[in-house]
Amino acid sequence: MDRLGERAPVMAPDAMLPLIARVARRVRELPDTWTLDLVAADGGPLMRYAPGQFTMMYAFGVGEIPVSVSGDAADQTRLVQTVRAVGKVSEAVTRLAAGDTLGLRGPYGTAWPVAEGYGRDVVVVAGGLGLAPLRPALYQLQAERKRFGKLVLLYGTRRPEDILFRRQLANWRRQLDMEIEVTVDHAGAAWRGHVGVVTRLIPRLGIDVDNAMALVCGPEVMMRFAASALNDIGVPEEAIHLSLERNMKCAVGLCGHCQFAGSFVCKDGAVMRYDKVRRLLGLKEI
Amino acid sequence: MNDHAAAVITHEGLGGLIAGLRAEGFRVIGPRLRDQAIVYDDIESVADLPAGWTDEQEGGHYRVRRREDAALFGYNVGPHAWKRFLHPPLLRLWRAERSADGMTVTATSEPAERYAFLAVRSCELHAIAIQDRVFLQGPYVDPHYKARREGAFIVAVNCGQAGGTCFCTSMNTGPKAEEGFDLSLTELLGDRHEFLVEVGSERGAALLAAVPHRPAERQDAAQAANAVARAEGNMGRHMRSDDVRELLLANLEHPRWDDVAERCLTCGNCTMVCPTCFCTAVEDENDLAGNAAERKRRWDSCFTMDFSYIHGGSVRSSGRSRYRQWMTHKLANWVDQFGTSGCVGCGRCITWCPVGIDITEEVRAIRGEGGSDGRA
Ligand SMILES: Cc1cc2nc3c(=O)[nH]c(=O)nc-3n(C[C@H](O)[C@H](O)[C@H](O)COP(=O)(O)OP(=O)(O)OC[C@H]3O[C@@H](n4cnc5c(N)ncnc54)[C@H](O)[C@@H]3O)c2cc1C
Ligand code: SF4
Ligand code: SF4
Ligand code: FES
Repeated sequence: MDRLGERAPVMAPDAMLPLIARVARRVRELPDTWTLDLVAADGGPLMRYAPGQFTMMYAFGVGEIPVSVSGDAADQTRLVQTVRAVGKVSEAVTRLAAGDTLGLRGPYGTAWPVAEGYGRDVVVVAGGLGLAPLRPALYQLQAERKRFGKLVLLYGTRRPEDILFRRQLANWRRQLDMEIEVTVDHAGAAWRGHVGVVTRLIPRLGIDVDNAMALVCGPEVMMRFAASALNDIGVPEEAIHLSLERNMKCAVGLCGHCQFAGSFVCKDGAVMRYDKVRRLLGLKEI
Repeated sequence: MNDHAAAVITHEGLGGLIAGLRAEGFRVIGPRLRDQAIVYDDIESVADLPAGWTDEQEGGHYRVRRREDAALFGYNVGPHAWKRFLHPPLLRLWRAERSADGMTVTATSEPAERYAFLAVRSCELHAIAIQDRVFLQGPYVDPHYKARREGAFIVAVNCGQAGGTCFCTSMNTGPKAEEGFDLSLTELLGDRHEFLVEVGSERGAALLAAVPHRPAERQDAAQAANAVARAEGNMGRHMRSDDVRELLLANLEHPRWDDVAERCLTCGNCTMVCPTCFCTAVEDENDLAGNAAERKRRWDSCFTMDFSYIHGGSVRSSGRSRYRQWMTHKLANWVDQFGTSGCVGCGRCITWCPVGIDITEEVRAIRGEGGSDGRA
């Protein structure tokens, strides 16, 4: 009865096992938001990733959270992530100092389809911290500037003090041949820019809507209104890309937490095409 | 299938199958009567099986009861599903320790058992095949499931009667076990209490060859077919399933979701007993000194508030949206995710719902055939 014996159970490597990363540099962006440059524990490169992807960051004994890459994918010597401290894990992660270690899994998820914008106008719409996951796409637009038509970044935050990557925005505006419009919800008298929600800037966009692509990241309501406004001025649904957010425990399609109807945001997203999610975004509590 | 002829065994042959599996190092799991329910647990011999017991099932109701005969497999499905062995309710994943220059992480999960499952129903074979798609056929494989699943030996049993909440015929998942087993039994009750054995694999054939058996005759096959036909004919529930995906997706704002939300306690029992529900959460624990931490994985339910929590609040905070998530996942979204329905019609969610919410009745109501109860 030898054939019954077959093989004994073997355990394949587990995607849930984190690798160990080390903080090489920590920069305060805003009072509650920090950018970490990460390398492998031995100082070497960590992982290859594409703009729009995210990792699972594990703070020792506290927990694990999804965080998008915010650095330049062309520089694979370090992994750059920008985290806002909002709760227990993100607070622990942002408290890590240079030299400290953390667990890291990934990269996961879909990428911003930047190359689809070759030969077209590209509009980037960011709300609040949503600028961080879009920054890798902006780096790529910058690196390949000649391949795109008109570039526009529309960025909305609550108050002028909440503007992220302020210096870099100024540099890009100067060097990049990119139109950058910043708007805030509330501002004092010193603010000379736009006031109001970012979607209000969309009808005034001077782009070739039939030949344009849009990348949108921010709170879900903001993305819903922005995508719909872009579509209203003529940008096709298939040319609008959003980055969705759902609770995530595994990031590998196995825990069920990130479901968005028939999709798993961790593997079918986080970047998803508007035409695939438009109807569901209009419903509550999906 | 294959060309191994069917055979007939007695209690002695069945005992031989169990002993043979144990001798090969399998941990044999099968039905046992415990705490007034038929559950899946370790089996050492035929004497452990629930001879002469059956179960009575209705919406929100389960009771074991004596049969008039000594059938070993004369019940339907109980509160346990095989997923508790292949996809354990609680699993240690890894342990992190502080070290001189940071931390180390080591996998800590216990080695997987080699299981032999005795008396797996057709709907349950389908449920296992569905979890195979979830855990083995996506871009990432769950190594814990894989290790438990790969060597597992499966002895199926065909149903000779359906339970009060069964609707496998509606979901095309039974009652006859067609594939996915090593051996399959049909209990032949009558003057001679025997079991027709069909062979599904080479190792099934090898195991059968080693126990006393006789070739099956035409009347044995006919008696087995009768038993299955009887089960087919007395399904407790029915559900039209050919268009149910489209039906639910077109009715995400149907008033019935409010109606069911008024009854549902969001207790999550339905997700715990369902043989295909696979969701898990992770937990992090520290030792007191804070020098070691452990990560565990635990079954989770889409009925909890935490399940969909993102900073600022739960995405699905109403009971309405959580029931809708569960039911549309089972019957509609599952098809988009895994190319198959997530429901095999086992009826567990109906039986074990404390308020007797019936998935077949909810579908009927959304179809506009409300008013009738879920009964066939
Ligand atoms: C694809 C993706 C990319 C993200 N990128 C960034 C980023 O670049 N920078 C950044 O600061 N934040 C990002 N987030 C949000 C970040 O994951 C949450 O802020 C974080 O999980 C909050 O955890 P907490 O323990 O600090 O907060 P708590 O409020 O204590 O949350 C408790 C738990 O709920 C879950 N949870 C809470 N909020 C979220 C959320 N928004 N998304 C998913 N799970 C959540 C987590 O499991 C968390 O541990 C991203 C989320 C997703 C899904
Ligand atoms: S949804 Fe209900 S009937 Fe369908 S497989 Fe799950 S427990 Fe069984
Ligand atoms: S349907 Fe029934 S078993 Fe499921 S969560 Fe609601 S009350 Fe609990
Ligand atoms: S995060 Fe676990 S399935 Fe997507």
